[in-house]
Amino acid sequence: MIAKIALVILQLLAIIALAPLLSGIIKKIKAFFQIRKGPGIFQPYYDIAKLLQKDSVVSQNVSWLFHAAPIVSFVAVLTAGLLIPIFITELPFGFAGDLIAVVYLFALARFFIALAALDAGSSFGGMGGSREMFVASLVEPALMLSIFAIALNVGSTNLGYISQTVSAMGFDAFSPYQILAFVALFIIAIAETGRIPVDNPATHLELTMIHEAMILEYSGKQLAIVELGAMIKQLLVFSLLANIFFPWGIAQGVSAAAVIIALLAYFAKIVILGAVMAMVETSTAKWRLFRLPELLSISLMFSFLALVSFIIVKGG
Amino acid sequence: MDTYLFFGMILFYLIGASSALILNKNDRICTYTSFLSASIASVFGIIFSGSILLGNDFSLTLSGSPILNFGFFVDKLSAFFVFAISITAFAVSIYSTGYVREYFGKKNIGYLCFLYNIFILSMILVVSANNAVMFLIVWELMSVISYLLVVFEHEKPQTLKAGFIYIVMTHIGTGFIILSFLIMAGSGGSFGFETFRNAGMTMPPYLKDIAFLLALIGFGTKAGIVPLHIWLPYAHPAAPSNVSALMSGVMIKTAIYMLIRVSFDFLGGGVWWWGMLLLIIASVSALIGVMYALMEHDMKRLLAFHSVENIGIILIGVGVAMIFMSSGHPDLAAFGLIAALYHTINHAVFKSLLFMGAGSIIYSTHTKNIEEYGGLIKRMPWTAFFFLIGAISISALPPFNGFVSEWLTLQAQLLSINLTDNIIKIAVLFSGAGLALTGALAAACFVKAFGISFLALPRSAHAEHAKEVPAPMLAGMAILAVMCVALGVLPFYVVNILDSVSAPLVGTNISSRISFDLTIGTLSSFPASISTTWIALLVFVVLPLPVIIYMLMSRTNTVKYETWGCGQPVSTARNEYTATAFSKPIRIWLGGIFRPQREIQTTYSDSPFFKDRVIFESEIEPVFERYLYIPVTWVVLTVSRLMKVIQTGYIQTYLLYILITLVIALIYVGSGA
Repeated sequence: MIAKIALVILQLLAIIALAPLLSGIIKKIKAFFQIRKGPGIFQPYYDIAKLLQKDSVVSQNVSWLFHAAPIVSFVAVLTAGLLIPIFITELPFGFAGDLIAVVYLFALARFFIALAALDAGSSFGGMGGSREMFVASLVEPALMLSIFAIALNVGSTNLGYISQTVSAMGFDAFSPYQILAFVALFIIAIAETGRIPVDNPATHLELTMIHEAMILEYSGKQLAIVELGAMIKQLLVFSLLANIFFPWGIAQGVSAAAVIIALLAYFAKIVILGAVMAMVETSTAKWRLFRLPELLSISLMFSFLALVSFIIVKGG
Repeated sequence: MDTYLFFGMILFYLIGASSALILNKNDRICTYTSFLSASIASVFGIIFSGSILLGNDFSLTLSGSPILNFGFFVDKLSAFFVFAISITAFAVSIYSTGYVREYFGKKNIGYLCFLYNIFILSMILVVSANNAVMFLIVWELMSVISYLLVVFEHEKPQTLKAGFIYIVMTHIGTGFIILSFLIMAGSGGSFGFETFRNAGMTMPPYLKDIAFLLALIGFGTKAGIVPLHIWLPYAHPAAPSNVSALMSGVMIKTAIYMLIRVSFDFLGGGVWWWGMLLLIIASVSALIGVMYALMEHDMKRLLAFHSVENIGIILIGVGVAMIFMSSGHPDLAAFGLIAALYHTINHAVFKSLLFMGAGSIIYSTHTKNIEEYGGLIKRMPWTAFFFLIGAISISALPPFNGFVSEWLTLQAQLLSINLTDNIIKIAVLFSGAGLALTGALAAACFVKAFGISFLALPRSAHAEHAKEVPAPMLAGMAILAVMCVALGVLPFYVVNILDSVSAPLVGTNISSRISFDLTIGTLSSFPASISTTWIALLVFVVLPLPVIIYMLMSRTNTVKYETWGCGQPVSTARNEYTATAFSKPIRIWLGGIFRPQREIQTTYSDSPFFKDRVIFESEIEPVFERYLYIPVTWVVLTVSRLMKVIQTGYIQTYLLYILITLVIALIYVGSGA
């Protein structure tokens, strides 16, 4: 019992503590590829600390929903964090939700931020909310098919079970369908974390931005919560990629040594994925909004192929 | 005991109806007596259906004759629908005591209350009839009463058009239903539903196929499946909002009831292509419904299109269950059916809630156009709160009820891996992608519906002067909002009851194989679990974190200032994003389906550099009406015109026709003997 509570607290702390660091590392790697020095990897922590100490300037048009939305979406994302294996497969609350529940919890977070975007009554917010829901609609079918492909291959939609089974498979896990599903999910991860070519996290140019436009009216501690929530979501999406497809080193039981090894392995995987993401971001340009259906139909095609190839090879 | 409850329910609906006619002179007294007896009747209905769901079936014979055996038969499936009707009717009746005040002095309140009571009663009788003839009588009663309710505001010309489309479509549907019943009665030898059951076992397969297809078209028309849905977005918005809530929430569910009854109970589950056909129709309905809902700016039409979508989601579950049933997996069929029935009760609850919310907005603003709302969250805080709960539920977000049934449906689709045919497997799984897209578009649509209506600044004087609605209306919404949460966070109890509903239909029980946290692991060794109860509890586990962060920083101030507009003052409603703009990316993406057309007229004052005014008009093409219904109508009209040749109008000619027919009939009979 105490071990379980300790695990929950450790997982929450690990998520909250690592999320800004991952953002900082990705920024640093991007700066490296762009032959810049870039800010230090701890900069996101300083940013959040600074925002927390600032007064908030809030639009006079807003309602309670504007104030509630950051908390609701933060809590939704963090709840999803308790369902995703980070360093241990036997999550205390793993039974409470599977991969589909995680996706829908992210949707809950998105729903509230998109509503809050409309609350201030500026066109920026409307534009951001509208585009966010558009991109989410593009993502969803491909996402569900790749979830189906993984679930059929591994035999469950429960994340702990998936990690456990895949790590037991060893190198057999690299089946064609698993690789196809990974490519599909990687494209989805770009869209879900709002990165180039879907969205540009570094810009405030209103014609190109999605996430930044939605949260334009936030400031001070609300902005800190929103930003931290977005960073946590990014970490969790990466964790999904890491621990569904490469669950090496993840702790199968509760022991201090296994947990420490698992945490180190997890950190290494996240950093490698972050580096790959930074390379993708540096080597592509932002796409026009109406070219995004093409990108995500590629993802849909890959996930469909993963599903079909699994059914043809394994026959069910 | 059950008999008393059943007749108590009928009695109170009749009291409600008759008192409405007697007390017609005083609007206020008439409203209270009539709607209160309707809500008492629905409490009887809730207890009655509860006692059957937890106990034994109820049957009652009114008259005994070998061919026509009038009576009632309420098994668990019927009781489930009686429950859905009653719980919705209870909340809507309380809501109505406030809502109809809008019509005081303008319309005949007694007439409305009378129709309202008879309408609910007819729905109850539809799901409890035990005989095809009696069923058709109450089915027609339900259709005609709902038609009269649709045209209640008959002074508006578009209402009459809506009513006309509705009455034509529903009678086409009834025609197909009669044919289907005749086939089954022909094989069984009587019109009793119990003989239909026996007929299902002995009928030749081709007759079964025909009976199923006729029933699918007939009941599909009432349910609003694509392409038979066109009446729904006309008729539901035209009716008074409390009636719309009942029509969208429960009336279209009576068609789902009969589809399940005919295909599982009478025809024994059928063959695989029935399920596949239903699955395709259902997926298309879900997608088309939500796509058109996104493009809609009339609040009630938007909700009506969402009914098409949700009927699709329900029928996906039914279709998957049929596929499982025909391939020898009754336990998986039970799972599919549970998903479908769960979504049925969920949709009844949240759709009625949303229609009541829409009714409240219209009550306060007197317009249905979303673009004229805005800022209502400050003027109508409780309505906004209940509408938000409905919006989250219909968008299938955890931990509310829509999520549970959508999760069950997705898991049912995943279980198709147990089938043998690869093509069917891929088709079922691909329909899961369709369901996911439906869910995402629904969320987008409700961000639009809630955000544009309730948030930011009022976009018109109507919205500016809106006030919160009277307490009974809020109470009605609150009841269903609580139901949304309860059905969401306590799924296990619901699944248990639904299992006992589906067990007689598929012949097996699976509740012992679904554990408390909805773990469906023991179904075909496919472990998957959610527990919305625990998700809701986990929310409270992590909630302290942001709160602590806020508390630690309580020294900071919050300053109110204008919305940022790049340095320009933008704090007017004219700068807000509109519903049309919000849905534009999706309109462009799916332009091949919507075929949007727009017209921009610019008038200049003196020089071409100064625009005087710009008129913008945009519409999407009603594809089904233009390319399916207009050609069909044309064919019907042309055939009628050709028939005119023999319709001379002289009675002698008609007597001649009768004589000719008689002679031919006699020759036929004579030669046959």
